[in-house]
Amino acid sequence: MYKIIKKRVLNPSVKSMEVYAPAIAKKAEPGQFIILRVHEKGERIPLTISDFNRDKGTVTITFQEVGKTTKLLGRLEEGEEILDFVGPLGKASELEGYKKVAVIGGGLGTAIAYPQAKKLHNLGAEVHSIVGFRNKDLIIYEEELNQVSDKVFITTDDGSNGHKGFVSDVLQQLIEEGNKYDLVIAIGPLIMMKVVSELTKKYGIKTIVSMNTIMIDGTGMCGGCRVTVGGEIKFACVDGPDFDGHLVDFDEAMRRGAMYKEEEAYSDHICKIGLGGN
Amino acid sequence: MSNTALKKVEITERDPKVRNKDFKEVVLGYTEEEAKQEAKRCLQCKHRPCVQGCPVNVKIPDFIKLVSEGDFEGAYEKIKETNSLPAVCGRVCPQESQCESRCVRGIKGESVGIGRLERFVADWHMKNVEEKPSEIKLNGKKVAIVGSGPAGLSCAGDLAKKGYEVTIFEAFHTAGGVLMYGIPEFRLPKKIVQKEIENLKAIGVKVETNMVIGKVFSIEELFEQGFDAVFIGSGAGLPSFMKIPGENLNGVYTANEFLTRINLMKAYKFPETDTPIKVGKKVAVIGGGNVAMDAARSAKRLGAEEVFIIYRRSEEEMPARLEEVHHAKEEGIIFKILHNPTQILGENGWVKAIECVKMELGEPDASGRRRPIPIKGSEESLEIDTVIIAIGQSPNPLIKSTTKNLKTHDWGGIIIDEQTGATSIPGVYAGGDAVTGAATVILAMGAGKTAAKSIDEYLIR
Ligand SMILES: Cc1cc2nc3c(=O)[nH]c(=O)nc-3n(C[C@H](O)[C@H](O)[C@H](O)COP(=O)(O)OP(=O)(O)OC[C@H]3O[C@@H](n4cnc5c(N)ncnc54)[C@H](O)[C@@H]3O)c2cc1C
Ligand SMILES: Cc1cc2nc3c(=O)[nH]c(=O)nc-3n(C[C@H](O)[C@H](O)[C@H](O)COP(=O)(O)OP(=O)(O)OC[C@H]3O[C@@H](n4cnc5c(N)ncnc54)[C@H](O)[C@@H]3O)c2cc1C
Ligand code: SF4
Ligand code: SF4
Ligand code: FES
Repeated sequence: MYKIIKKRVLNPSVKSMEVYAPAIAKKAEPGQFIILRVHEKGERIPLTISDFNRDKGTVTITFQEVGKTTKLLGRLEEGEEILDFVGPLGKASELEGYKKVAVIGGGLGTAIAYPQAKKLHNLGAEVHSIVGFRNKDLIIYEEELNQVSDKVFITTDDGSNGHKGFVSDVLQQLIEEGNKYDLVIAIGPLIMMKVVSELTKKYGIKTIVSMNTIMIDGTGMCGGCRVTVGGEIKFACVDGPDFDGHLVDFDEAMRRGAMYKEEEAYSDHICKIGLGGN
Repeated sequence: MSNTALKKVEITERDPKVRNKDFKEVVLGYTEEEAKQEAKRCLQCKHRPCVQGCPVNVKIPDFIKLVSEGDFEGAYEKIKETNSLPAVCGRVCPQESQCESRCVRGIKGESVGIGRLERFVADWHMKNVEEKPSEIKLNGKKVAIVGSGPAGLSCAGDLAKKGYEVTIFEAFHTAGGVLMYGIPEFRLPKKIVQKEIENLKAIGVKVETNMVIGKVFSIEELFEQGFDAVFIGSGAGLPSFMKIPGENLNGVYTANEFLTRINLMKAYKFPETDTPIKVGKKVAVIGGGNVAMDAARSAKRLGAEEVFIIYRRSEEEMPARLEEVHHAKEEGIIFKILHNPTQILGENGWVKAIECVKMELGEPDASGRRRPIPIKGSEESLEIDTVIIAIGQSPNPLIKSTTKNLKTHDWGGIIIDEQTGATSIPGVYAGGDAVTGAATVILAMGAGKTAAKSIDEYLIR
């Protein structure tokens, strides 16, 4: 059992929890994730390690309540425990040796991108963070990003805060203005990562994206997380989740991500009317 | 008074039309009387050919004699001398190619039902005898076991009995390996596996789940933490693909994913449990081994109308247990043998059909089986909506890639000294599917025992 030490509500649907898992905290690196199961009949779901504290032995997860498991998780309070918590899984992001990096986060992807921005900053890179949200009430991780970025740009789809429009527009503008990035990291919805990758390809800037596929084991056993990268089958859980954005087959990934849409809607519905493990 | 019947005493099995709709066990086992009758078919051969056929040399005639005398607990003790998982092996061993293949009674008629008797004895013990944990004196040495499949479990059990402090590290949230996530409930009830694990805990074995070795700790770090030796029994979990067009369409699963969703995550109880599975109406399972049979029979149970097994050789070459092929047919699985998939066709991103080419058998290949050769121009397509790939697994590279100096074959198997199970790193042993590639429960168990013996010798030296 893994105890929730601290819980924060970041916006109406995004919560963050600091979980006591000393062995994982000791090894965790930016880019890695954990898989958890809330209760005995629960599903295994992957969540990125959005921060860790080796001294306190804690790992922070930040999640958006989109379906049954994330909602159940969101209902747990400080002091309560999560049944299973395994990690750190996946490869650590390779962040050494860059001078100037644009870190792009879409919605919840902002929390996932934060540890990367932090590590790059600590390694001495100039970090420009460009993060986008649907509206100003959904903004998360602004303060944290300010601390580890040389510049932070916030966009909202409706213009309720910052730049109106998409992160890719801001990135393009910054590049056009002469910013010479040697790396772009894009984390968020698949469509956002696709658009950013297409843009940076034009400019020939190396781009890393983080693939959030459907996963079960997280150890390379089931093949459910497979993505096509450069024409080859890769497993996001062990070969990733970071991949070269210019090589990822996004259209296939979007299709595979929707595989369980109907079942999820059904399960979540049951959860709401109270039959689920409430 | 011996039993001269040519056939085995019949064993009760549930009606195929009923059982192919649920996950309850198919074979119900012998009663005491039936077991005694079957035991009396054994001729107590002096040269004991059957024993040679068993990878762990179960003392077959001896235990069968005790069964015929009604001393079931005595029979249990006898089996346990060499086999630590009889309830499992009695159910899943490919007896027809092991112990029973050598049985004298099989020359004229059917062999003695050794597997059935082994299962009976183990079940009888589980039902009637309270396990008493014997006092074990700890010897102060610690051993770490990576993986809780049959290899890890048997290695752990043997070492614990010798006084070692044993900790099993398992990546999944439940221990048991393939016995839990691969082989379905209707063939091997999970409570049997859990009982075996409880027995190990009762003799002091610690089981730490949610621990992916190579990620959370490396093998090297296990030594730093005070373990004196390590056994790697991490299995063969890496699924193979066919490398044909359409394999990433929605509706294409590996058998590992399909079976894990069903067995470990209990997707067959969805929405009571949270993990979903999509089965479809027409399912094609590719492959001819136990994994393929299990996937096909599970798909049928989840409501698929038509389930096909597509296999490129003939039925004779099928590696699956004979009994399971027979059960699958009874349950209405359709066998398309001598067919090989060439591509999977899709519509809107979902599987729509599978195209296969017909095969014919040529000269024997390296495996000694006749090589299947495609018949040009014989391609035909079959409308289906789900494909399950069950063409084999190889060892997972995770441990190898995080362990310096651990020698492996090109295909991923860990290289060991056959006699001892020792790997290229002192104090590190390995066995089971991680070494051999996908094999059998009994071989994995045997490898775990061999390693336990060597570890003991290594550490007391
Ligand atoms: C490596 C990795 C890291 C991730 N990190 C985070 C994170 O830090 N924070 C976070 O909130 N989410 C993260 N995700 C996504 C998260 O796993 C899903 O949101 C979660 O599984 C949804 O479970 P559910 O039962 O609540 O929703 P479900 O009822 O299962 O699904 C609800 C909806 O969520 C979407 N969804 C389902 N599964 C996934 C998935 N695996 N990835 C993306 N969308 C999905 C689908 O559109 C679905 O309709 C990550 C995914 C991966 C693979
Ligand atoms: C569907 C199916 C049906 C089968 N049917 C039969 C049958 O009827 N008869 C028969 O004899 N054999 C059968 N087999 C084969 C048999 O199950 C295997 O040969 C046997 O289980 C191998 O045992 P093992 O202990 O080597 O590995 P496994 O049983 O594979 O166990 C390995 C364990 O190690 C864990 N692990 C892996 N990596 C790590 C890590 N890095 N850290 C921690 N833990 C890790 C895994 O999660 C797993 O629990 C079947 C296999 C399958 C898949
Ligand atoms: S362990 Fe398997 S091979 Fe050996 S006697 Fe039992 S059923 Fe036969
Ligand atoms: S070979 Fe058959 S008949 Fe002979 S001892 Fe073995 S089981 Fe009995
Ligand atoms: S999650 Fe199963 S292989 Fe990646």
